[in-house]
Amino acid sequence: MILRRLTVGFLPLLDCAPLVVAVERGFAAAEGLDLVLSRESSWANIRDRVAVGQFDAAHMLGPLPVAATLGIGQLKVPMVVPMALGLGGNAITVSTSLWTGMQSQGARPGADPATLGRALREVIRERTLDGAAPLTFAMVYPFSCHHYELRYWLAACGIDPDVDVELVVIPPPLMVDALRSGQIDGFCAGEPWNTLTVMRGVGRIVLPTTAIWRLSPEKVLGLRADWAASHPEETAALVRAVFRAAQWCDEPASHAELALLLARPHYVGEAIDALTPGITGRLRQSADGAPLDIPDFLVFARHAATFPWISHAEWFCGQMLRWGQITRATVAGAAAAEAASDGAAARATYRPDLYRAALQPLGLKLPSADTKSEASAFFDCP
Amino acid sequence: MVDTLRILIVDQNAERATILEEGFREAGYHSVSVVREVRNLLRRIVDLNPDVIFIDLENPNRDVLEQMFQVSRSVPRPVAMFIDQSDAATIAEAIDAGVITYVVDGLRKERIKPILDTTMSRFNAFKKLRDERDNARFALEERKLVDRAKGLLMTEGGMTETDAYEWLRRSAMNQSRRLGDVAQSVIEKAGVLK
Repeated sequence: MILRRLTVGFLPLLDCAPLVVAVERGFAAAEGLDLVLSRESSWANIRDRVAVGQFDAAHMLGPLPVAATLGIGQLKVPMVVPMALGLGGNAITVSTSLWTGMQSQGARPGADPATLGRALREVIRERTLDGAAPLTFAMVYPFSCHHYELRYWLAACGIDPDVDVELVVIPPPLMVDALRSGQIDGFCAGEPWNTLTVMRGVGRIVLPTTAIWRLSPEKVLGLRADWAASHPEETAALVRAVFRAAQWCDEPASHAELALLLARPHYVGEAIDALTPGITGRLRQSADGAPLDIPDFLVFARHAATFPWISHAEWFCGQMLRWGQITRATVAGAAAAEAASDGAAARATYRPDLYRAALQPLGLKLPSADTKSEASAFFDCP
Repeated sequence: MVDTLRILIVDQNAERATILEEGFREAGYHSVSVVREVRNLLRRIVDLNPDVIFIDLENPNRDVLEQMFQVSRSVPRPVAMFIDQSDAATIAEAIDAGVITYVVDGLRKERIKPILDTTMSRFNAFKKLRDERDNARFALEERKLVDRAKGLLMTEGGMTETDAYEWLRRSAMNQSRRLGDVAQSVIEKAGVLK
């Protein structure tokens, strides 16, 4: 059989796992695909290389292809998401000194998001009274779930993310050093970066984001819309291969081998000890603490984790509008605002129809709705 | 000709940045600045007020740079070189060379083209240099392996130096492998037997 070669970009993060496994465990070859994985160093590179056709598909942050379709943030190239690459996997980590400050305001290990947020708000209030510089929090990319989850939590706890703190972008591999040097006071990122911070004794995991939003969306498979339209068979084969790989990743029996695969230098390239906690959901929150079980911390396949819910994309659009990432000041901006608020961009980008077309032939039970209620999964839902 | 365009280069690789800087000066651009550290980058951008910014593609701080453009009101918003879809080929070429360009909105295409050409040719020159260096290093390492394998075949296989080399060469040819790979397996096998 002649394999069809596809080039797929990824960033060295735990949730690139289904792509790595599709290659290494033969799921891609079984679908007639020769997947060539290309490790990248920034989300902007991923976006551009998909846009100019150097990558056929890529590991993307959920909001990224929606932003590309809307034409906000550097370029306008319609993209589609035929499947997600999993749910959750993020956490908020703060420096040791900020944690000490939060503790004096009532924060306790494992406390709920509202209690932790209240403690943080008090720390901020005191700093303001003392005339100290605002706290700086980092996230990985403006159009990312991490960014929106962080803002959501802060805002829900009475902290204005645009006024009370500084938000900056730091590439995940530079997070630990930024926290150590005091450049930032905390961050929201995926694994293994929270665990690495704890292992190096630089900070403490205060909140897995599953506590903010249970089974929240995270990475997706992103393709250029015109490529997907002109390559329906390849798109479907890719979805099937990655779907099977995600099922494999979810099996507890696979976890040891998965850590071994991801530890290879051309994939994530971090130590097995640093990768395992995120994969198994048993995270050590501080250097001297015992590992804690976080149910559904990172989900690859169960709970319909690979289904591209249009309601996820709608939520992203809502956040883009809420936080001023879309401005109506220009004609293009007004059009983007329209497409973001009426759901057109969400429907054009997230494509459950492509997911079903690929997987229905396998006789699987798939979600029949395209949207679900997201609000009830947030911590501050009444 | 002296061009007054202000150019900023963000590159972690000092050698490449120097090659690029020289290229611009030779081409008549005299307002060229190089930044290697991303710290205080926003301050530098505000001070320099560049018309064109280049950043190397391996630099993870590309995402940091874009966020700065997006949130900062103190700098005119530079945009990635995606002026229209007809530029896709040029952009792909630049990406292959390992560089991405941001230009201040409204800058005419004709003014950017020669700068981009200079950048790409310099990035390609650097890449060639690096490849050559890598190849040289590889050749040296391969020679070391072959020498060790030859030594093993002589001491443990009782071959003469000429026979040992001939044996390695023929094995490589028969198995369509590199000479260094065959030498490597000879060394590994000797290690296992010991």
